[in-house]
Amino acid sequence: MNKIDTLKAGQELLFSGVLYVARDQAHKRLAEAIKKGSRLPFELKNSIIYYCGPTRTPQGKVIGSCGPTTSSRMDEFTPLLLKQGLKAMIGKGNRSVEVKEALKKYKGVYFITYAGCGALLSKYVKSVKQVAYGDLGPEAILKLEVENFPLIVAIDVRGGCIYG
Amino acid sequence: MRELKAANITQAVMELAKRANFSLRKDVLLALRKAYRREKNRRAKTILKAILDNAAYAQKENLAICQDTGMPVVFARIGQDLKISGNLKAAINSGIEAGYKKYSLRNSVLSDPLLRGKSGFSPCIMHMDIVPGDKIKLTLLPKGFGCENKSQLKMFKPTAGIEEIKQFIIEVVKNAGADACPPYVIGVGIGGTADYACFLAKKALLKRIKPQREPQRGLSPTCPPTHQWREGTVPGLERELLFKINNLNIGPLGLGGKITALAVNIQTYPTHIAGLPVAVNISCHALRSASVIL
Repeated sequence: MNKIDTLKAGQELLFSGVLYVARDQAHKRLAEAIKKGSRLPFELKNSIIYYCGPTRTPQGKVIGSCGPTTSSRMDEFTPLLLKQGLKAMIGKGNRSVEVKEALKKYKGVYFITYAGCGALLSKYVKSVKQVAYGDLGPEAILKLEVENFPLIVAIDVRGGCIYG
Repeated sequence: MRELKAANITQAVMELAKRANFSLRKDVLLALRKAYRREKNRRAKTILKAILDNAAYAQKENLAICQDTGMPVVFARIGQDLKISGNLKAAINSGIEAGYKKYSLRNSVLSDPLLRGKSGFSPCIMHMDIVPGDKIKLTLLPKGFGCENKSQLKMFKPTAGIEEIKQFIIEVVKNAGADACPPYVIGVGIGGTADYACFLAKKALLKRIKPQREPQRGLSPTCPPTHQWREGTVPGLERELLFKINNLNIGPLGLGGKITALAVNIQTYPTHIAGLPVAVNISCHALRSASVIL
């Protein structure tokens, strides 16, 4: 996690550790909870959020297909989450100017991973636990333990961006 | 008159849910393999390799190619001499429901677009057509929303030139940029009414991707062979647009490269003297569909 600050846009790496899966509706709820000052379902500080909504888990598998979803839909919530200590995000596609500025300000990193490769990415997930918002179905917050999960640094802490 | 039980349709749609989500269409797979061979950019090549590996792994492990198993879109071509006993629409939705459940696909469909609420598997979108004959052809296109969100419709003036239309289509692709999982397949509908142009753009995604000729020595791999390039015709327009889109350097995952689109498929229909509707429907590289004839 300490190494995150030294990463540069364009670098490729394999990540092992914990990711929290959260997408559209979960972001809306997290942002509301922050604004109200209520307790969040997981510790945001130094955590990594993965924008994903997996398929249902087939029998005998750890997780179903689980690739990234379009990050820009989460742009309006991201600066607030970074302010609360969120360290990094994983998704696909470019981010807004506001997110880029917030990443610089709060020293956060935005990663992308192989989009449209949900079956392949499921190989790197070692465990899955539902954390919150089970009523959201495929949009629930999950805690994943991953091993050698492939990432590309898209925006680094200095504001360097792979999309130019 | 030939008779078909609605239950048979449910069974068939269930299997389409499996085939369409676990196996990439053969023409798409061939186009991706060709793209992999042609791509010179190291990173773009690595990404195309991951896309091909993903398709193979999904097939082997019975996993969805993409976690977004789409808003299921079903095209039904019903022979007018076929009698279906039972409720056809209910049979199709039951097949989607049962298939998506059985094969652990994603429940991405919300019953109310405004209230949102709990997601389920159906209803799907249905496009029905009545055709001669006594058979029914069912096609399932699971349409992911990362790319569906990038669709656009523009109502051109009837005096608009072909250049304006080309520009619009290219702008739609530029706007999708890295977001919608390039390399794309671009579906374009030209003519009809506003709604019909959108339907044509979606239907165009079902057209088989034509194998592109191998590049001649010294030419850019994406350069259209001039002897096949007839200005103003649909195949000519498809080729020219593919060439221009592949020069945008969006590339796989939006990180640059020669292959931004695998194909541009255009469908046209007669239209009104006062208008010229043009709709663009983008598909991600995981363009999936499966058909069955009963």
